[in-house]
Amino acid sequence: MKDLSLHLLDIAQNSITAGARRLDLELTEAGETITLTVADDGRGMAPELLAQVSDPFTTTRTTRKMGLGIPLLRMSAELTGGSLSIASTLGAGTRLQAVFDGGHIDCPPLGDLPGTVSLLIQGAPDLRLVYTHRRDGQAFTLDTQDLRDQLGGGISLAEPEVVLWIREYLEEQEGTLKPSVS
Amino acid sequence: MKSLAELQAIRDRMQKQIDLRDAGDGRIRVVVGMATCGIAAGARPVLTAFLEEVQKRDLKNISVAQTGCIGVCRLEPIVEVYVPGQEKVTYVRMTPEKVPGIVSEHLVNGRVVSEYTIGAAE
Repeated sequence: MKDLSLHLLDIAQNSITAGARRLDLELTEAGETITLTVADDGRGMAPELLAQVSDPFTTTRTTRKMGLGIPLLRMSAELTGGSLSIASTLGAGTRLQAVFDGGHIDCPPLGDLPGTVSLLIQGAPDLRLVYTHRRDGQAFTLDTQDLRDQLGGGISLAEPEVVLWIREYLEEQEGTLKPSVS
Repeated sequence: MKSLAELQAIRDRMQKQIDLRDAGDGRIRVVVGMATCGIAAGARPVLTAFLEEVQKRDLKNISVAQTGCIGVCRLEPIVEVYVPGQEKVTYVRMTPEKVPGIVSEHLVNGRVVSEYTIGAAE
């Protein structure tokens, strides 16, 4: 994974697979610290599975006995001196948080966040996705509920024209955040 | 700056076209593998390129979807094309540059781009 946006795209798929109806993605840049939070209301994990999810030889998929999404994210975070934590309640949801030291030479770049968020919406158009990007006191939020209110019920958020519009909208919103001072 | 209200214009335009859309069995399906393996290999720009090409050419009978791991991770990014009544075609080691050719040759003109398929790679 070359950047944080690709990790986010990958990890958020777990929430969708877990049957989430609401997914909150938060990226917070405060000074040198970058915090990525993925919180869903999916089916959650039992303590036994939760204890094993950072092990690459643990996966829920059936095609083979390996899963690299969480282990790769943990490795990326820890390489910068950061950390990864997951809290989960069976039947209620999961909250994953990865902390990076943005000043560390091994910290990956943020990457194409509009690309990630627009394609997550494309892949799960019925999900309520709330994306927030904070940087040193500035912030913006995209809530798919607001998009649906404008679009009406008959048109899917997965339509190419809508997805590409969302991406351009997010690119503009990202552009309004002033560069980090640090 | 874009405002959310622009979506209302998109809605109005699309509602006029909605009966032109073939929602039934006649739709061609393009499915992009978006598991860890696909994403790490570069599937995201490939998926975006398909959406852009479908939008640019205003192709109403094509749906673009995502799926998990297709099972041959070393050949990712992988794209499967399902044309109704025909055998599935699997394109491997995809790049955004390959997408316009596949859309025009295969999806529009019905000629499989054999050099990009899994059969040519294996």
